[in-house]
Amino acid sequence: MDGFASPVVTIDRVTRTFRGKRALDDVSATIHPGQFVAVIGRSGAGKTTLLRCLARALRVDTGTIRFADVDLAALDGRALRGHRARVGMIYQQFNLVRRLRVIDNVLIGRLPHLVGWRRWAAVARWFAPAEHAIALRCLAHVGLVDRVWQRADTLSGGEQQRVAIAKILGQDPRVILADEPVASLDVLNGRLVMDTLRRIASDAGLTVVATLHHVDYARVYADRVLGLRAGSLVFNGPPAELTGAMLVDIFGEYPAPLSTSEALSAPALA
Amino acid sequence: MSDAAGVLAGLGAGAVPAAPPHVSSRRRDLAMLLGAVVVLAAAARVIELRPLELARDVGNIGRFLQGYLHPSFANVGEYAWQCVVTVCIALWGTLLAIAVSVPLGLLGARNLAPHPLVYAAARRTMDVLRAVNEFVFALMFVTAVGLGPFAGMLALGLHTGGVLGKLLSETIEAIDPGQLEGVAAVGAGRAQVIAFGVVPQVMPNFISYILLRFESDIRSASVIGMVGGGGIGFYLWDTIRAFNDREAATVILLIVAMVMCVDVVSSRVRRAAI
Repeated sequence: MDGFASPVVTIDRVTRTFRGKRALDDVSATIHPGQFVAVIGRSGAGKTTLLRCLARALRVDTGTIRFADVDLAALDGRALRGHRARVGMIYQQFNLVRRLRVIDNVLIGRLPHLVGWRRWAAVARWFAPAEHAIALRCLAHVGLVDRVWQRADTLSGGEQQRVAIAKILGQDPRVILADEPVASLDVLNGRLVMDTLRRIASDAGLTVVATLHHVDYARVYADRVLGLRAGSLVFNGPPAELTGAMLVDIFGEYPAPLSTSEALSAPALA
Repeated sequence: MSDAAGVLAGLGAGAVPAAPPHVSSRRRDLAMLLGAVVVLAAAARVIELRPLELARDVGNIGRFLQGYLHPSFANVGEYAWQCVVTVCIALWGTLLAIAVSVPLGLLGARNLAPHPLVYAAARRTMDVLRAVNEFVFALMFVTAVGLGPFAGMLALGLHTGGVLGKLLSETIEAIDPGQLEGVAAVGAGRAQVIAFGVVPQVMPNFISYILLRFESDIRSASVIGMVGGGGIGFYLWDTIRAFNDREAATVILLIVAMVMCVDVVSSRVRRAAI
C-alpha cells in the first residue's frame, strides 16, 4: 500500500507518556490520501492518544507527526487553528452543542471558513445565506434535513453522530479523525454511520482514521488496519492479513474472534 | 438473610469484607461533632445568645410595633417616587454588574483563562469586589460623584459584579468539556469558541443568577440611601432614627410591596427566559 502517493500523514517514532505510563511507544506509520485507516486495540492501548496527537489536542514527547510537510509540534495560535480546520473530528459522545439547533451545530463547521466581519457576525450567531445553504446540503447528505430546526439534544444517538458528520462535511477537512465513532450506537446506527464515513472517504477522496474496538468493523470498512498493543504498533497492514494469530498478538488474552455476521448482529453497547 | 430466595439464594458464599477499611471513621465523626459543639457554644457566648430574655421580654416588641399600626400617608407620594428611584438603582446596578462580571467570569474560569496569572488576577479582583460591602463602595463613590442614586448604583454594580463574576466563572468551569472541544476542534477562534461552546451551556444558569441578584439588589438599594446612595433608604433611616413611627411604617410597607412586586415580575421573566 505504501509509496504510490505522497503520504498525507507521517507518524515518525512517536512516544507519548502519561505519568510514567507509555501510552504511545515508538509508533511509526504513514497514511496515504483517500485511505480508510482503522486503529484497533484494547482499551488503554493508546488508540485515542494517537488520535489526539494527530489532532494536536496532545503534544508528542518524542518523534514527529507531519501532515503533508507540516510538523505539528511547531504549530501555534493561528497555524494550530488552521490545522484543526483541516482535520475533522468525530467523537464517541458526538460532542454537539446540545442546547443549539441542528443547523447551528452544522454551521459551527463553517466557522474556520469565515473571513473578515463575518467571523464576528458569527459570534452573534449570524451566518450568510450561502453558509446556511452549505449547512443544509451537508445535512441532506446525511439524510437529516427534516431535523434542521430541532435542538441537538432531542435527536437520537445515531442522528447526533450523523449531525456531527454533517458538521465536518461543512468544515471541508482533508482528514477525518474518528474516535470510537460507533461505540455509543446500536448496530444499525453504527453501520449507518460507518457507511456514511466510508462513502465520504470514497467519494471525496478524504482520508479517514478511525479508532474501533470491534475488529469486525475494521475488517468490513478499512483499507488498512493499525493494531496497537500497550502503546506499541504491532500490526500495520490490510485487513485481509488480520489472522487469528495476529488478533491474539494485538488483543493479548483476546479469545477467538467472533464471526463477522455474529458480531454485527449482537448489540454493541458502550 | 436465611429467607433469601431467587437470585439471592443462588449467590456464592465467597469471603466478603465485613466493614469498610476506615475503622476510625466513627471516632473521627464523633470528634468533629464535639468540635462543632464547642465552636457553636463559644460563638453563642460571643453574640450574647440569651433565649430566656427573648421569651420574657417579647412583649416589648409588641409595644414597639404598636407605634407602626397607623401609617401616615402625608408623604406617601415622595416615598413612592423614592421606591421608583430604588428600582432604577437596582436595574442599572445589575446592568453594570453584568458588564463587570462577564469579562471577569470568563478570565476567572480555569478552563478558559489564557494564563494562570490572568486567572489568579481575575479571581482576586472578584474576591475584593465581593469582600467590600456595597455600603463601603457607596461611601467611596459619594466622595467622587456626590450624594444620590448614581453613587448607589455604582456601589451595587461593583459589589454584585464580583458576586455574578464568581458564579459565572464557576458555572463555566462546570460545563461539559466535550461540547467545548467539539467547537474548538473545527479551528474556531477564541471568541467563536466562547459564543458557541460556552454561551449556550451557561446561559440558563447565568440568567437565573442575574435575576436572583437583581432581587437581592432591590433589597440592597432600598437601604443604601442610609449612607447617601439614593433611593428610599434615606427616608427609612431618617424616619426610624427620628422615632417617627407612623412615617416609618409607611416606608416599610412600601418597601415590602416593592420587593414583592419585583419578585413576582422577576419570576415571570425567569419562566419566560429559561
